[in-house]
This record gives sequence, structure tokens and C-alpha cells, in this order.
Amino acid sequence: MAKVIGAVVVDNEECKGCGLCVVACPQDVLSQNKQVNSRGYHYSFMKNPEACIGCSNCATVCPDTCITVYRVKL
Amino acid sequence: MELKDIINPNNLVYEKPKLITENTMHYCPGCSHGVIHKLLAEVIEDLGIQDKTIGVSPVGCAVFAYNYLDVDWQEAAHGRAPAVATGIARTNPDKVVFTYQGDGDLASIGTAEILHACNRGENMVVIFVNNGIYGMTGGQMAPTTLIGQVTATTPNGRDVGRNGYPLKITELIAQLPGTSYVTRQSVHTPATIRKCKKAIAKAFQAALDKKGTSFVEVVSTCNMNWKMTPVKANEWMVENMFPFYVLGDLKDSSKTDPASYTPLKN
Repeated sequence: MAKVIGAVVVDNEECKGCGLCVVACPQDVLSQNKQVNSRGYHYSFMKNPEACIGCSNCATVCPDTCITVYRVKL
Repeated sequence: MELKDIINPNNLVYEKPKLITENTMHYCPGCSHGVIHKLLAEVIEDLGIQDKTIGVSPVGCAVFAYNYLDVDWQEAAHGRAPAVATGIARTNPDKVVFTYQGDGDLASIGTAEILHACNRGENMVVIFVNNGIYGMTGGQMAPTTLIGQVTATTPNGRDVGRNGYPLKITELIAQLPGTSYVTRQSVHTPATIRKCKKAIAKAFQAALDKKGTSFVEVVSTCNMNWKMTPVKANEWMVENMFPFYVLGDLKDSSKTDPASYTPLKN
């Protein structure tokens, strides 16, 4: 089976820190940052980037469409 | 492989739909409205009907929907979106008209309009967002509030003796002969979101095919007024809302024959 690696880019200023992407991720990649953005929300970030498979579940559940997903097949 | 090698337009698998504008949504963190807006944008983009889609926005949290979706919009008075959509659909038969309404708008003040529009079988799509509470005004009891649910106006929980029973308006609408497709969906997990997108696409296709009214209820959360975190609100919805508001298609005229009424003989 071909190995797949992915990456997500979170728009830190758009993110409202609802945490739905953290729960939706099957690989436990995302987490909420301790720091806040300019609006005071704990935005999401890739705490475990090498585990990402680019399934785009996080982007699908994101209510503010602030996640962009990339995927490469090796 | 380095992150900068992966993050490259050639490897893109998911990006913001082009129909979603750059405006930051005013919805609370974790609100289901954002997901439903996104699904609408994706469906309209996939069908390639951006230039002939007209939305009618309600009064409620989604009152500013016209700021976020790049299609033509008309704002209607509280509950009157189906009446306004009727006018638009009849005068512009080549357009695709949809209304986007909440449960306070559709199931309470606008009950007359929605029932009669569906009964006449106006050619339009109705997106009904049901979160069981009046979100915009601060969490008062709605007709769809569950029995025993605590809201600002039912601090001890909804009592059947005083407040009556929750209204399953979608079941009511499925009885009407004018509707072609009536379904109840949810947007709490990636799988249900993809399923909901298919349902919305089917509803828009039915409007393009002039099949009558298509009605998509989306059981949603209002974490701010339910006083929970977004994740907890989703769990609460699965536990409490779904046994009462059962998900699935209630009516699909492509599978069953439409109700037939014999006209009187003169």
C-alpha cells in the first residue's frame, strides 16, 4: 500500500478555536494552541505533523472553513 | 519529506469553496451554520448554478447569510421566506430558489407560510436548520425544544402540561403532496457532513428538474445557548436529539409515486 502523507494549514486569524477538528482527526494530529490569535481564540495547529494522512476530515467539519489540506503519495 | 514540499498547490485536496466570501462569519465558535453554508457553497459550485441561484435568508442567526455566500440573496420578514421565495420562483422560473431558515423562523412564526408553500409544491429548496432553541435572541424555548430541555424561558425544563409537545414539522411536511424530497440530516461528523452534502445536492437537482419543493432539515447544535462546548454539544445532540428527530429520508418521490388526487368531474 502506498504511503500517504498530508499536511494541513490553519488560517490562525480565522480560526475560532471550537476544537471540532481536534476531535474529528483520526490520527490525533491537531491540537489547540496555548497561545491565542488577535481575537482571543486558541487556534488549532499541527502538534503531530508527521502522522497526518491528508484525509481532510478536519477541513470538512470546520465551521469557519479555515483549514486547507494537502496530500502526497509516496 | 519536508512540510514545505507537501504544502504546494499541486497537492491540494481541500480548500475553502470559492463561493464562500472572505468575510469572517459572525457565528459562535463551533456553530453548525458555518458547515451548512460551506455545504451549500460546495453544492452550488459543483452544479455550476452560481449565476442563477437566489437565496432567501430568514430572521434568526442566519440573517446575515448574504454576507458569506456569493449568490443573489433576498432578506425576508420573520418566517416569510417561503412566501418571498414563491414570488421569486414564479416570476423567475429559470432560477433556482432556496430558503435558509431556522426552527424559530420556520416552525413557529412561519408555519403558515412553509406549510402552504410546500402544499402548493412551489419549485424551491428549503434548508431548515433545527437546533431546538431560539439562538439569536438568547436561548428561549422554540417549538422544537425537547421535553425537559432547559432554556431561558423554561428554566425547569420544557413541561408538556404548560408548553405542549415538540413539533416534528418535517414529518408534517412529508405528508404534503407538493413536496418531492423530504429528508433529515445532521452535520456533526465528517461522514454525516458528506451525507448531508449529497442530500442538499439532490434537493438542488430536484429544483433544477422542477419537481416541486425539496425540504432538507439539518439537526444542529447551538452550543452557546445549550451552554456546552461545541464537542459536548455534538455528544448531547446524538444522545438526546437523534432519538426524537430520527435521521434519514422521510420522502423521496423518485422512489415512490407522488400522492395523487382525482379532480372533480364537471
